Amino acid sequence: MSFGQVLLVAVLAVPALGAVAVAATPRDRAARLVGTVAAALTLLAAVPLVFGGRSWVAWSAGAPAVRPWHQLDLPWVPGLELRFHLGVDGISWPLVVLTALLTLLCCAYTMWRVPDGGSGRALVALLLVVEVGILGTFLALDLVLFFLFFEVVLLPMYAIIAGWGGADRRRAARKFALYTLFGSVLLLVGVYVVVAAAGTADVVALTGGDGLSRGTQLAAFTLLALAFAVKSPLWPLHSWLPDAHTQAPTVGSVVLAGVLLKMGTYGLIRVAVGVAPEGARWAAPVLGVLAVAAILVGSLVCLAQADVKRLIAYSSVGHMGFVLLGVATLTATGIQAALIGNVAHGVITGLLFFLAGAVKDRTGTGSLAELSGLRETAPRLAGLLAFAAVASLGLPGLAGFWGEAFAVVAALQVGGPLWTTLGVLAAIGGALTAAYFLRLLRQVTHGRPSPAVGGVGAGLAGAELTAWVPLVLLALAIGLAPALVLGVAEAPVDALVGVVLP
Amino acid sequence: MSAVQNVDSVALLPAYLAAGTAVLVLVTDLLLARPRATVVVAALGALGTAVGSAAVGAVGERRTFCVGADCSWIFGGRAALVGAVVALLTLGVLGLSAPALRAGRSPVGEYCFLLACSMTGGVVLGAAGDLITLIVALETLTLPLYVLVGLRRGSLASAEAAVTFFVVSVVATTVTLLGAALLYAVTGGLHLDRLGALLAERPELRGLPLTTAAVALLLVGLAFKVAAVPFHAWAPATYDGAPLPVAAYLSTASKLGGLVALLAVVQRALPAEQTGPVLAVLAVLTMTVGNLVALRQRRTVRLLAWSSVAQAGYILAPLGALALAAGRTGEARSAAYAAAVAYAVFFVVLELGAFAGVTALRPVGADGGTLDDLRGTARRYPWRGAAFGLALVGLAGLPPGLAGLFAKVTVVRALLDGGAGWLALVVALNAVIGLAYYLRVTAGLWAPTTTPGVAVAGGAVAVPVVGVVAVVLAVATVAAVVVGVAPQLVLDLAGR
Repeated sequence: MSFGQVLLVAVLAVPALGAVAVAATPRDRAARLVGTVAAALTLLAAVPLVFGGRSWVAWSAGAPAVRPWHQLDLPWVPGLELRFHLGVDGISWPLVVLTALLTLLCCAYTMWRVPDGGSGRALVALLLVVEVGILGTFLALDLVLFFLFFEVVLLPMYAIIAGWGGADRRRAARKFALYTLFGSVLLLVGVYVVVAAAGTADVVALTGGDGLSRGTQLAAFTLLALAFAVKSPLWPLHSWLPDAHTQAPTVGSVVLAGVLLKMGTYGLIRVAVGVAPEGARWAAPVLGVLAVAAILVGSLVCLAQADVKRLIAYSSVGHMGFVLLGVATLTATGIQAALIGNVAHGVITGLLFFLAGAVKDRTGTGSLAELSGLRETAPRLAGLLAFAAVASLGLPGLAGFWGEAFAVVAALQVGGPLWTTLGVLAAIGGALTAAYFLRLLRQVTHGRPSPAVGGVGAGLAGAELTAWVPLVLLALAIGLAPALVLGVAEAPVDALVGVVLP
Repeated sequence: MSAVQNVDSVALLPAYLAAGTAVLVLVTDLLLARPRATVVVAALGALGTAVGSAAVGAVGERRTFCVGADCSWIFGGRAALVGAVVALLTLGVLGLSAPALRAGRSPVGEYCFLLACSMTGGVVLGAAGDLITLIVALETLTLPLYVLVGLRRGSLASAEAAVTFFVVSVVATTVTLLGAALLYAVTGGLHLDRLGALLAERPELRGLPLTTAAVALLLVGLAFKVAAVPFHAWAPATYDGAPLPVAAYLSTASKLGGLVALLAVVQRALPAEQTGPVLAVLAVLTMTVGNLVALRQRRTVRLLAWSSVAQAGYILAPLGALALAAGRTGEARSAAYAAAVAYAVFFVVLELGAFAGVTALRPVGADGGTLDDLRGTARRYPWRGAAFGLALVGLAGLPPGLAGLFAKVTVVRALLDGGAGWLALVVALNAVIGLAYYLRVTAGLWAPTTTPGVAVAGGAVAVPVVGVVAVVLAVATVAAVVVGVAPQLVLDLAGR
């Protein structure tokens, strides 16, 4: 086993064993500490995946479109074409690191504060199980294995929302579970449509759609795209998201918005577009229209939201719309925009949910009507909120800018009346994004302190700063040096586009 | 041909073991009259039957009672699998019954004897090579259950359940027999393989209205046994009235028996062009109706009963692929049969776990109660609750219940290999409906019991777990985990 393969296994095994260790540790605080250590070790294993294994990156004719830096391929269930095939490349690595980082921050945050509803021990164990599922989804290079990890996430996330969430948590959790399962059963059927036709589930072999008839590709892409549209979520299949994000505890919202949604967009790029490119070309206009509809609907709904968490939740619909628009263009620029948009959204929205949770914990309310003048009583919290909001609305120099700007650029580059219109509408959506975030800031931070805000202390807990500072720095770093993400993603995206657009 | 047949006693060994168990239980009960000894004899007999089935099956296919090329007893890979699984399920059910038997709720000797008789029927069923053996075996499997369902002393519900079950089952048997008789009238054959060959060779026979009627009657009669919609109405009432372990037996071993019988006629005797569409319709109706009605259930066993109706639909689904020409090629057909058997095996493991979980979480001898009775039990009894939860999640087909997930995957795969994408979609969407109620039960296990309005009737008293029940639950859980991690074991066995 090479060093890279050891790391691949470690990235999944460490959080899995960590979850078991957490469950087996009797004392609550010690158990949370064990979980945090496991999450930290996972991050330590995820980062060095970027090194080595890239000697043969140079493009050559006949090389597969997916060229993992490291991979591990073991048989598991030959009767179902299931192999334990893991691999990492420039498309998945940033998301792997983001997942490991956000889980670590969530576990560390849980050291300081456990939401009401259950033991912190169980919450940390569940967070680690969710992490295994998400990381596995990003690492899987076998379609069936991908589906398997996709499913692993569902019940632990349900339990996090139902166990530690807000007042209406049961309904929100049930809605989340049923919607997500609806998506993943379509994924199951889509996966086996491909496997039955191609006789293999190997993503490396399948990427490019060789050997699949046009009919199969259209059917497979429809099923897969629907599955990922539920997860991403794409309008009009998004209605589980606001409820789940609003009701989930802070750490749950962070993981949900930060990385869970990325399973959908990642799947769309890696599986749906990669395996059924002809289907992707066929469906791209529909996908683009829906993505722009998501941007506009998300922004307009945000303008009318009265609750901080719900507003941020709906803003995800809009942001993921930009990501999907990028994918729908099927150009290198667009897919690059989607990837960096994914990461940026994970960082910024994770931060926003942390901050919204902090505001809600301090004031006891999330209602915009009852919040005002936060900068008078808690200037640092208000400042961070302003930073995150401005980053989210896509100010140049911060992480949110690249994904949105280049999604629009990609749409305009494709040209033609349809895509030009879509690009323009998306740009208008971007302006609306600015409008609702500025409205949020004006309402929450400016003005005279409301009674709820009046009693808030100015200080920030050490644990809060520990959880937030890495995200603030990342938002700045990606904004100033997008090459952090784009550099590693360039080669695999070019290879992918090379097979998608013959 | 000599009039005296050569009887291959090795091939018959599993049947001898099973029948011997029944006789030995009866004798032990008469002579020793010690309940414990009777139960131990029954348990050892069931274990011996399982081992015997596996051992005989491992050697290779053996046939006996042959007339020319047609044999009435064919003990091959599937017969061994069915025999071993039925015997192990009997063992499990015996374990679940231990506390109720010890408390004197049912007469021990009769109970064990009847269970062993039923097991004999199940073991013979897998090896049956002609319609008469098949139907007699199925009746041997079912007949003792009429009594077992009603064997709870002083329970009116139990007696009602027994009568319902009896009446419906007798009607189903009559219908099956009529179908078999008509088929004999048309073809002059009773051996399954011979029927299959005759109907394949002579297309004019297939076109006869009488053949169609015979096929329909045979399928309908057998559909009663697996509780497929629209012949399912007996199941919830019967399960709910029966003692918990007997309900477990009904929904595992008895259902498996029905499936094996159905599979035997569909695979070997009847023309797929005629059975395929019927089975596809049955499967769709069964899973959809079962899942939708289960959504509204408030009593635990009724919910499990409806869910087991829905599961019968998933079991039948791969056979629905026979409706299309693409599903009738040799490869697709064997994949469909293997998928149905594999799903059934995954299912009985999880279902036994679920019933063991209910038994372990309820007071000794109690019925399944309502869902509120189980509310919050997992917080008090984390291990038992977790095992029950795992079984339920497995039945829903989600990780961590990997066994159930792979079961669904197997079915979907077989359907898509057979070109029946629409049926795969129906299965997939039904899994979503199914999750809604499995999730309700499972989440209820961990719900706080302090919710106002919920009486803590069953919760206030501590429920001690009886050792044997705990062992059955643990073994079923371990089995579910093992086949979940290594599903290839089941797929290999099912494909033989």
